[in-house]
This record gives sequence, C-alpha cells and structure tokens, in this order.
Amino acid sequence: MLTKVHSGLDPAPGVWWKPAHKAEKVWVAIAFAWCMVLFAMMPLWHWKGGQNPSGIRRRVDPQAFYARTVEFATQYKVGEDRGIPIVAPPAGADVYLTGMTYQWYPILQLQAGAKYRLHMSSLDLNHGFSLYPLNVNFQVMPGYDYALEVTPTASGDFRIICNEFCGIGHHTMVGRVIVVDGTGKTLADNATAVIRDREAK
Amino acid sequence: MSAATFPHRVCPATGRVIASAAEPLIKVNAVVAVVSLLIGAVAALLLVLTRWQAVHLLPAEWYYRILGVHGMNMLIFFIIYFEMAVLWFAGTILLNSRPANPKLGWFSFALMIIGTGLVQWAQWAGKADVLFTSYPPLKAHPLFYLGIILFAVGALTVTGLFFASLVIAKREKTYEGSVPLVVYGAVTAAIIAVITLLHGAIIYIPTFLWSVGLIKSVDPQVYRLIWWGLGHSSQQINVAAMVAVWYMLSALTIGGVVLNEKVSRSAFVLYVLFISMASAHHLLVDPGFGPAWKIVNTSYFMYMAVLASMIHGFTVPAGMELGMRLRGFTDGLFGWLRRAPWGDPGFSALVFSVVVFGFVGGITGVTIGTEQINIIAHNTMRIPGHFHATVVSGTAMAFMGATYYLLPLVFQRKVAFWGLAKAQPYLFAIGMLLLSMGMTFAGSFGVPRRHWDISFSQALFDVQFNPAVDITLAVMGIGGILAVIGALSFIAIAVKSVFFGEKITTWETGKPILGIPQGLTNPPVHAPNVDEINDALHADSRGIAGATPGTLVLVGVFLLAFVVYYFTNWKLLSFLWKVG
Repeated sequence: MLTKVHSGLDPAPGVWWKPAHKAEKVWVAIAFAWCMVLFAMMPLWHWKGGQNPSGIRRRVDPQAFYARTVEFATQYKVGEDRGIPIVAPPAGADVYLTGMTYQWYPILQLQAGAKYRLHMSSLDLNHGFSLYPLNVNFQVMPGYDYALEVTPTASGDFRIICNEFCGIGHHTMVGRVIVVDGTGKTLADNATAVIRDREAK
Repeated sequence: MSAATFPHRVCPATGRVIASAAEPLIKVNAVVAVVSLLIGAVAALLLVLTRWQAVHLLPAEWYYRILGVHGMNMLIFFIIYFEMAVLWFAGTILLNSRPANPKLGWFSFALMIIGTGLVQWAQWAGKADVLFTSYPPLKAHPLFYLGIILFAVGALTVTGLFFASLVIAKREKTYEGSVPLVVYGAVTAAIIAVITLLHGAIIYIPTFLWSVGLIKSVDPQVYRLIWWGLGHSSQQINVAAMVAVWYMLSALTIGGVVLNEKVSRSAFVLYVLFISMASAHHLLVDPGFGPAWKIVNTSYFMYMAVLASMIHGFTVPAGMELGMRLRGFTDGLFGWLRRAPWGDPGFSALVFSVVVFGFVGGITGVTIGTEQINIIAHNTMRIPGHFHATVVSGTAMAFMGATYYLLPLVFQRKVAFWGLAKAQPYLFAIGMLLLSMGMTFAGSFGVPRRHWDISFSQALFDVQFNPAVDITLAVMGIGGILAVIGALSFIAIAVKSVFFGEKITTWETGKPILGIPQGLTNPPVHAPNVDEINDALHADSRGIAGATPGTLVLVGVFLLAFVVYYFTNWKLLSFLWKVG
C-alpha cells in the first residue's frame, strides 16, 4: 500500500507508517551493511593494523613532565643543534618530548626498526604534533601525558610541525627527529636532501 | 478564504497563511544572517589569499585574527541566524499558523544581537585572538565568552518558541494529519540545536568565570570534549536543517515527492539519537580517551547517523526523480534530470548542495573521522577541506537556493540581478569544489590548517613541502576567489532585492516572470490520476529498479566512490611508522 503522492511541504495524511518499496529497502540494507564494515574496520585495525592512537594516557603536572623531559635529555644527550640538545635514547627506552611556545624539546635521535615509548605533553598550551613528511598527527595537551609506542620504519631527518594554534608565533614552532639506520647514517629523503643542498652551497 | 483568526495575509502563489507576527522575525534574522555572511566572505578572501603561499597577503597577527572572525561569522552567526529564520518559517508559515510569543522572540533576537556585537568587538579589537575554538589555556577577553553565552541563550529561547509554535498549530488545528516532512526536519534541527546550545552554555559559563578570575583553571581536555559538543553539533543542526531544505526545494522547484514518510522520518530520528556523538571526531588523537570510547563515539554508535545521511541521500534524489516522472518526464534513466529547470537557481543550488555534500563532504568526513585514519588527517588542511564541502557547499548552498524562493514568498520582492542569480549557484559550487579539493590534497601532504606560513621562513628548522603542494594551494586560492565572488554575488542579489527590489504582491500562474523562480510562476503539478501512475511505477513487475532507476544508478556510483576513497586511506595509513 503506497502513501498517497504528496510533497515534503504537505502534512502527512493519516497513518504514514507504511512499508517501504523494494528499491528503498535494498538501498537501506546496503547502506546498513556498509556502515557495519566501517564500524568493524576500527577494532580490526587495533587487532591487525600497525597504527593506532591508543597509547598509555595519564594526567601529569606540566612542570613535572617538563622536568622529566630535561632529565631525560641530560641523560642521553649526544649533541646539540641550534641550542637544542640532540638526544639518543637506547632502543626500548621511554622517550620524552615537551611542546612549549614555540619550540619542541628536545631533538630526538632514534634507530630505525627499534621500538620506543614516546611520551608527549605540553608545558603551556595545546600543541599539535605533526611528523613531517610522514603526516602523523597527535594532539599534545598540557596536563596529559600521551605515551605512544612508536617504531620508526625507515631512517631520515624528520620535522615536527606544530599544527594546533598556540599563539602569534605558532608558525615558527618546528622541531626535529632524526632516525638512523643500522650503520648510524640517515638516508636521503626530502628533508635531508634540502639540508644537504644547503650545506653543499 | 482562510479561516485564520490572527492577523495574516494569504500567499498568492501557494495559498499559505502568512502570520503578520512571524514575517518580520523571519526577515530580520535572514538579513542579519546575510550581513554575517558578508563579513565572513570578506574575511574568507583575505584568508585564502594568505594561505595561498604564493600570495601570502596578511601579516601573521591579522591572519589569525581574521581566521577567528571568519569562523565565528560563518559557522555561528550566518548559519544560526538563518536557522532561526528557518524555525520561524517552518513553525508558522508551513503550518498556516502563528508564532508563539513574538515579543519574547524579539527579546531573544536582541540578546543574540548584543552577543554578536560583543564577539565582533572582541575579535576585531584583538581581544580574542584565540580562534573559533578558543581552547584554554589560551585566554580571551571575558566579553568574548559573555557574548557567545548571550547569543546561545537567545538562540535557545527561539528554539523553545519554535516548539511552542508547534503546540499552538496542533492545538488550533491549522493542519490535518502529521506535520509536513520539512517541518519534521526542522524539529530535528531544533532538538539538535538544544543539545548543541546546552553544551555551549555548559562550557562557556565556566570559561567565562575563569577569564574573570573566579575559577582557577579549565581543564583543556574537558574543554575540548564539551566544546566540540557545541562546535561540531552546531554543524549537525546544519545537516538536519539542510536536509529539510532539500525536501522543501525539491517540492517547490520540480514537484519532488516523499517516497515514504516512514523511511525519511526514521532517518531524521537517527540524527536526533546519534549525530551529536560526532564531537568525538575532534578527539581521536587526544590523550584523554581510550580506544573503546573513541570507536563507539566517532562512529555515532555503529554509523547510525551515516546510515541516516545515506538514506536521505537516496530519498531526496529519488523523490525528485519520482516527482518528475509523475509530471511526465519519463524518458530513459536520466530524462528527469536532463529536463529539469537548470536555470532556476533554487534547483541548481539544490542539486549542487546534495552532490557536493554527499560526494565530497560526506565521504571525506566519514573517512577522516575514522579512529586510526584520523592520524593522517588531524589538524591538517584535510579538515577544512572536508567541512567547507559540508557546511558551505552543502548547507550554505542549500540556504542560498532557499533564499531565491523566500525573496518572492516572504519578502514579496522580485529577485534582483536575475541573470546573475541564475549563474550564482554554478559559480559558488565550482569555487567551493576547487577550494575543498585543493585543501584536501594539500592536507594529504601534511600541510597544517590554521597556519600562517608553511614556508617556515622564521622557524628554527627548515621544512619544504612536496612541490605538488604549491599546485594544490593555487587550486584552493583560485577556487576560494571564485567562491567569494559567488558569495558576494549572492549578498548583492539578496540586499538589492530586499531593500530596493521590485515589489510584487500577486502574479499570474503560468506566465514566466523575470526575477521570480519558475517553481512559483509555474508551480509543478502532477497529472490528475497521479496516484494510479504512482502505483504503476511501483508495480512488482518493474523489479528492483522500481520507480526511480536513475537514482539507484547515482547512489551506486556514490557507494563505489566511498569504498575506493575509504580503503585508499587505510592503505596510505599502513605505510607509516608503527604507532600504538
């Protein structure tokens, strides 16, 4: 039994709860099935996939987190670039990174293929961790320690772009992550190529 | 003759009762909406010419300031004032009824105006350089927060008056049966608006107290959680209001029909129940929430709101197709589309709104709102790329189309610059499409949103994006300029029509008039034996294609695009570092 023909501007006459037609039923069924696929993909990726934003998360005092970062930087410092320590923790270590207006502290030097627990937090405002050129993004927030297990898959010279607005100097907030391979060398990629070009000049 | 007992006039085209108390409320809200749109559009031009790195117009301070102005004017003021107009319209004219307590309506409007004024002042004076989201501990002037609170209280009151108007119409029996589907959609929007505005109040009141020093701090994560209950849910008011406007324009322009009330109304109920959970889309890579919370919320509890949108995405075009077929446009799969009135800006705006919202906004939104895929999207330009396709190409476009009908119907004016009006939806849609695509692809390379200088000339370390980014940003820039021209054309048309337009009170049906959309001068009519034709079109012998085979093909193409885009993103994600 069809509803009498009427438009969306007309009051619906009488009882409008009537069976839908075949085409509608089929589309709703297909759409529902697709929604279930969309839903299933997320738990599935937790189980089988390699990239999940889970981590270990806890509240932390911003000052205490920064103090822990400085302690960590002092412990594993191997060099310095533009006044910021380069820190090379051993494979499997807890690694600390603090965002503050307008700097990422410290510079991390990691080994390709090794697993680290990367703790991220902020000393002041919301910041955004965006690993260039891979495009890996996480929210970095004062008062929260976001600890993610990361395994760099290939060596290179990476940047951390801040992608959460943090004030007038937001666009100057860039940090650095170096990933070395088994021989201790960084391989050429987009970012290193730029630096080498400049050094060659 | 109308039996209405309150002061009113009768519309010459539709025969509807138009309450005298409702008309000015619709008008002022629509006018303020257009003024906000003007401010937002000028801001948009400045922004797009800054983000286009080759042009890089504004200095940093003004870029961030104007970005805040653009966000507030477009996402809050333009849209919500227009929605207030829609609520007054749907709660009275569509029910041949009168508004509840128009005095309180004017008081609420005044509250909203005062709130708007405070926010504009704070932003332009540089007292609120905190962007649209104003995440603490970033702090603005207290009057900025107070302005938003006043605006929200005013809007909440109007929403309450809308519900009261529904009660009046029901009690005074101004219509028979159930409220029209368009009103049902407006009710959906209004319920979501209550949810949204309450979130706004819950988060902005403590933030205001914090800004004046009465509270020591606002937890940044709690703020983000509740604030997005305002920030994202307000865009869900738009979705519901937009879908309601789709059904309305479909009926007005080509005689679109409702396929099945049960299906369409159930989809609206799904919105009410689940769509507000989408605030979680912004928190997927935040430290405050675990995987289970993220999965359940980001998926609107198993994608029930996506299901709703996919249902409307079928029933709206199918209603259009069936409406055209019932009028005799039966040739082939797409004869109904080919022979539609493409020169009617109400119709072209409707089609672009449906298509761009679905294909670009919808698909990108569901994809980047997936828990893990958000890792390669969060805070990149993919986000504004997505929501310009939904809020602007979808909602704003639909509202523009509706305006071309409201100008003669409510303002009783001819649409000015008619030639320009016919072209405006095309210009705006193409511009927004280019802008959205440019942003989306730039974001895929990791280009951050809300960022003044992606050449990083003042940064400690160099960053050099893939050269393709220059091209995508140029596409964004050109698209943005086109879209702003489209928006300014719309504003010029609306302002000229409202304040200086040719007055019309009555017109002859069947005679085309320049400046009045064809849906009003030649209202689409179905054949007298329309119910028989409808039964025949739905006969079992026609099989699965049923009455609307063309739409089935279109949604098939849509689903294919969705599947391809979605799984491509999982593939891209799998190339990254192991993170967990």
